[in-house]
Amino acid sequence: MPPQSLLLLGGTSAIGLATARRLIARRTRTVWLAGRPSPELDAAAASLRALGAGVRVVPFDALDTDVHAERLGRVFAEGDVDLVLLAFGVLGDQARDESDPAAAVRVAQTNYTGGVSAALVCAGALQAQGHGSLVVLSSVAGERGRRADFIYGSSKAGLDVFAQGLGDALHGTGVHVMVVRPGAVRAARTAGRPEPAPLSTTPEAVAGAIELGLRRRSETVWVPAPLRLVASALRHVPRPLHRRLPVAP
Amino acid sequence: MAVEPLLADDDFVPLTGSGRTAPSLALLARPRTAAEAAGAVLARGSRGAVARGRGRSCGDAAQNAGGTVLDLTALDRIRGLDAAAGLVVCEAGTELGALARALLPYGLHPRAGGGGWTAGGTVASGYGNGVEAFELLGADGRSRTVRRGEPLFDATVGGLGLTGVVLAVTLALRPVETAYLRERSVRFRDVDALLAHWTAPGAVPEPYARARVEPAGRGRAVLTAAAPVPYAGLPRGHRARRAPLAPPSFPGPWAGGLRPLPGLARARAVPAYGRGPRAGFVRYRCAVPEGREEALRGLLALLAGRRSPARGARHARVERVYADGAGPLAFPVRGWCLTVEVPAGARGLGRFLDVLDERVAEAGGRVCLAEDARLRPALLPVMYPRLDAFRGLRAALDPRSVFRSDLARRLGL
Ligand SMILES: Cc1cc2nc3c(=O)[nH]c(=O)nc-3n(C[C@H](O)[C@H](O)[C@H](O)COP(=O)(O)OP(=O)(O)OC[C@H]3O[C@@H](n4cnc5c(N)ncnc54)[C@H](O)[C@@H]3O)c2cc1C
Ligand SMILES: NC(=O)c1ccc[n+]([C@@H]2O[C@H](COP(=O)([O-])OP(=O)(O)OC[C@H]3O[C@@H](n4cnc5c(N)ncnc54)[C@H](OP(=O)(O)O)[C@@H]3O)[C@@H](O)[C@H]2O)c1
Repeated sequence: MPPQSLLLLGGTSAIGLATARRLIARRTRTVWLAGRPSPELDAAAASLRALGAGVRVVPFDALDTDVHAERLGRVFAEGDVDLVLLAFGVLGDQARDESDPAAAVRVAQTNYTGGVSAALVCAGALQAQGHGSLVVLSSVAGERGRRADFIYGSSKAGLDVFAQGLGDALHGTGVHVMVVRPGAVRAARTAGRPEPAPLSTTPEAVAGAIELGLRRRSETVWVPAPLRLVASALRHVPRPLHRRLPVAP
Repeated sequence: MAVEPLLADDDFVPLTGSGRTAPSLALLARPRTAAEAAGAVLARGSRGAVARGRGRSCGDAAQNAGGTVLDLTALDRIRGLDAAAGLVVCEAGTELGALARALLPYGLHPRAGGGGWTAGGTVASGYGNGVEAFELLGADGRSRTVRRGEPLFDATVGGLGLTGVVLAVTLALRPVETAYLRERSVRFRDVDALLAHWTAPGAVPEPYARARVEPAGRGRAVLTAAAPVPYAGLPRGHRARRAPLAPPSFPGPWAGGLRPLPGLARARAVPAYGRGPRAGFVRYRCAVPEGREEALRGLLALLAGRRSPARGARHARVERVYADGAGPLAFPVRGWCLTVEVPAGARGLGRFLDVLDERVAEAGGRVCLAEDARLRPALLPVMYPRLDAFRGLRAALDPRSVFRSDLARRLGL
């Protein structure tokens, strides 16, 4: 049964919105967009409304963990949520963040601490309603430390492990937790642009993989799927060699 | 505090319908008396309560995620029999097959049939043949008797447990001389031949008639009709001649086209219906009104299509329905009923069934809510035009929506 109601944490996320559009074409009638108030957030809401969904916006800042329970609780008090999509996250700027610890902490706090807080609040509410899915957007960058993006990568690694454990904790409660690990995500290919890197993907492809994973109640989804094999091979590459591999951010 | 506290998961169990899809967790109460049932309704949490029989229906009608589900199967006593009037009063959890076996020595058989479902379930899922009255437990914990003809009666038949908990049912019985039906099968080349036979002028209603249509190829069909066998109709020398009302104890096949009355067959001899494949399956059951045979043909053609996910089904079942259901949510429509069971994992099934829904709605038909776990809510008022009457009655009876189910939430009943 495709979800009828969706809570998108990170209301302007390209992947999140692509997923919302896809699900609205199926069954989703109610969408909650949680995000930092901005014209982009309102535009996102309008674009989904144009597709026929009832869209409501709830102010949500990943860094402001003190009010997560109150803000997100309000959403669940209004009715059941079939799917929570945790899609907020910042990539940061590796070069700058290495020399500006405060900026690095902001990346870590947004992606990891904020993710832990929001996921726990939502997990509790989903458990109370006895059904629903929580989809957490991790990244292939969290798979193994990489010179090019280890600040971001480590925050995703933390979130990934947390979400795996949360999935086990909720096993048998009727709540399903799915971890999604996309490779590099680029906007849909347009004519004239150079061929994208192999194993890169688009928000639409990630959305498709999320929909399929929900139907199968998968626990882990890689996008594109062959990334699973590549990642498991890379895991065994010796450090000196791994250090020198080129990686797309 | 906006978020509800975490639940102690030990008391919560996952429940599904017989299709074993869409599990959800609920607090399962198994009352042994009417008073315990009332207690469970009064003690329900903020997510309400709903009754459940043997979970034979396929969808999520007898589930209530995060709330209470009352399993009524412990309420299975037969309270009284009036053989002269042909009426029996039994508790709601009584399995109709068990009831049929208990009544057989009296030469009586429930008009409601005798499947693996419960007396309460047959009321709530909208069959209601031979239901004369029932005792209904309301949201306030009090029960009352509801008789045929009252608006609440009609709303509860097919009301999917949303009007209250049926505690006991008065069922009409028919006299039988033997424990058998005689079956007669006719084969047809294709669906057209079947429908031509069924709609021929002067064709007499056959209450137990149903056809199995092969989903692939031309759609070969077998129509099976059955009629109760009078004593004189038993074959000479048949063992039932000595004890016509003894339960048929041996497993089939039965000689001379004989078959036990519904509910009397022992385990393995039950026709394959209702057991379904091992893994999860979806039972699509829909009604098409009389005169819209072309829509029925269209549905069968879609099922048989080259890319159809339903090609994995063993057969589609077609029944002739002779009367409309009375209540606002009653499923039966005078005309046709089509049922098909498809493995839940079949590729493209969701979208395929959405297309079937559109066709059914266009033809003025409806899907059976007791078997549903996937209907698009927007189609509900089209298929059930008296939905608002049901909502109104429910709002008046149970303003706080104590009785709720996954189905009710999903479809906004
Ligand atoms: C081809 C086919 C033919 C069938 N023919 C018949 C038939 O002729 N007659 C028939 O009765 N069934 C028939 N069924 C079965 C029917 O679809 C249901 O599965 C069955 O009636 C309900 O089974 P159950 O008692 O296990 O109830 P469940 O599946 O447990 O519940 C079904 C619904 O009834 C409600 N409910 C159950 N008990 C109560 C109660 N005590 N009070 C209030 N609400 C309650 C539940 O909340 C739920 O909404 C047929 C099914 C198929 C596939
Ligand atoms: N893009 C990729 O290549 C890629 C690859 C793998 C994994 N991922 C992960 O997938 C997820 C979604 O990716 P995407 O490409 O859709 O991202 P995106 O378009 O860049 O969107 C990021 C979202 O995060 C929100 N956000 C950032 N900081 C926030 C904060 N403090 N509080 C609340 N919201 C905040 C943003 O909201 P604002 O509009 O308010 O800034 C925006 O909605 C992210 O977690 C990302 O890390 C992305």
